[in-house]
Amino acid sequence: MVALFFLLPAIITGLLSLTDMNYTFNWNFIGFENFREIFYEDPIAKTTLINTIIYVFFTLLFFNFGLGLLLAITTTHMEEKAGRFFRLIWMLPRLTPSVVYALLWLWILDPTEAGILNSILKHFGLPTYNWINMFPKTVVIIANGFIGASFGMVIFTASILSLPRDMIVAARVDGASELKVITKIILPNIKWHLLFVSAYQMLSLLTSYEYILLITDGGPFYKSEVWALYTYHTAFGDWEFGYAAALSVILSIAGFIAALLYLRTVNIRALLKKPKIEGI
Amino acid sequence: MNELEIKKIRKRIFWWNFVKYGFMIIISAPIILFYGWLFMGAFEGKSGFTLHNWRFLWEETVLKGLPNIWAITLNTLILAGGVALLTILVATLGGYALSRLEFKGRGPLLGFTLALHAFPSITLLVAIFYILRTMGLLNTLGGVILVKVALELPFATWVMKGFYDSIPWDIEISAIVDGASRFQTWFKVMLPLAKPGIGALSIFSFLSGWSEFVFVYTFILSKKAWTLSTYLKGVIGEFRFVDYGLLTAVSIFYMIPTLIFFLFAQKHLLKITMGGVKGT
Repeated sequence: MVALFFLLPAIITGLLSLTDMNYTFNWNFIGFENFREIFYEDPIAKTTLINTIIYVFFTLLFFNFGLGLLLAITTTHMEEKAGRFFRLIWMLPRLTPSVVYALLWLWILDPTEAGILNSILKHFGLPTYNWINMFPKTVVIIANGFIGASFGMVIFTASILSLPRDMIVAARVDGASELKVITKIILPNIKWHLLFVSAYQMLSLLTSYEYILLITDGGPFYKSEVWALYTYHTAFGDWEFGYAAALSVILSIAGFIAALLYLRTVNIRALLKKPKIEGI
Repeated sequence: MNELEIKKIRKRIFWWNFVKYGFMIIISAPIILFYGWLFMGAFEGKSGFTLHNWRFLWEETVLKGLPNIWAITLNTLILAGGVALLTILVATLGGYALSRLEFKGRGPLLGFTLALHAFPSITLLVAIFYILRTMGLLNTLGGVILVKVALELPFATWVMKGFYDSIPWDIEISAIVDGASRFQTWFKVMLPLAKPGIGALSIFSFLSGWSEFVFVYTFILSKKAWTLSTYLKGVIGEFRFVDYGLLTAVSIFYMIPTLIFFLFAQKHLLKITMGGVKGT
């Protein structure tokens, strides 16, 4: 089954990318025409590429990495119960079915006065806005970031808690400030986890499109369209399977590089043992 | 230490607490508010508490043009249950083989499964669509179940392998010394010991099937085979801007299994959710 839904699709994608197959499902090989078109003639591909870079970079920096780390450090410096409570809250978006989560954002940012944000603004006599149309990229980054932050949070929390306690206590006894403890002891000791999360999440973000599809659908005018979503639209909106396959081949190559990166950051042996730790 | 110094330290601790709790409360407030609104929206009418928004459960006419909610719920149950059952079946066997049996190509297979986990599903979507179409499985829940299980298996197998890894070899060896066959050992000794793992994994694959959106949205076009995720998407399409009370009620109805799980499994939650297939 794994062969049927991984290996075969991979081969078919490769072959499809050399055809101009559309909804008629005819195999008509046209060589590297699709790739030529993507690189030289497709203005949407160019917009999409820039959007993808912006999206991945900022979501990763501010949320999946930045906020994830902040959450992990703060919640591990609290009383255990409080820390766990906050971590649980941050798990909520990840567990919520994607359609419900998207609905929440649609509701809050609704351009009419039924929208939560706008109704609050109106209550205070402030002007209302069509948020999603005005800031599509920001919306997409924040909405994805709220989900993404919990991944880093969980991994960083586990790694911080696994640091030997006496190391930190010793530093405190020696008079180190809390900030010093964090920057001089905690961060250097979890640097491999930091690298792992960055690379792993880069791959995830690169290929994620579900929430964007649901919240902005790439709009308005491709302003929030990312590469993965463009692939999806080309295939299941325009029914241009050949072209979509070519797009996804390019994405796979980018993804492959990211995967190599993250496999580098963790030595394979450690990862082989990983499930044991996360087990229960 | 003189009194002044103690005072100074006390003050520092106070501010440090103030900063970290304040930060967590402010940063977590949006999430708490979001979900608060979601619940209030579902039960709030013009004059206080109401069940009016929930009438879609017993009045078919409320959501005209959409299939019966209970039929859709049954579809979702079949999908989620099917995914959970198949995943467990294959993963318990595969995980055992990877953990305990020495066979040719074990190493490469391990690496391969890991690499699969890194492989993004969007890049395979086009080809999977083609395969399902060729096999005549488009528009069927069975097709979606197969794809979903295939994509979930690498991770599930790894988790199961981790559970088996944590069972001491001695137990297994003593069973074999007592005259049990390898299969009997697996079935009678190992499986019961791996029960917590099987439990956790089945819940996760069930929830992941329950929340699945993209595959259903892409591979199922006939409304009859919809699941709650595409159903809710349909409701959003028709009632956005108009009736958020209804929308939130449908959302909450859809989220029931997720919420139950969230309330009962808090302790284990943070440890096992990291590996899911979700994009971000």
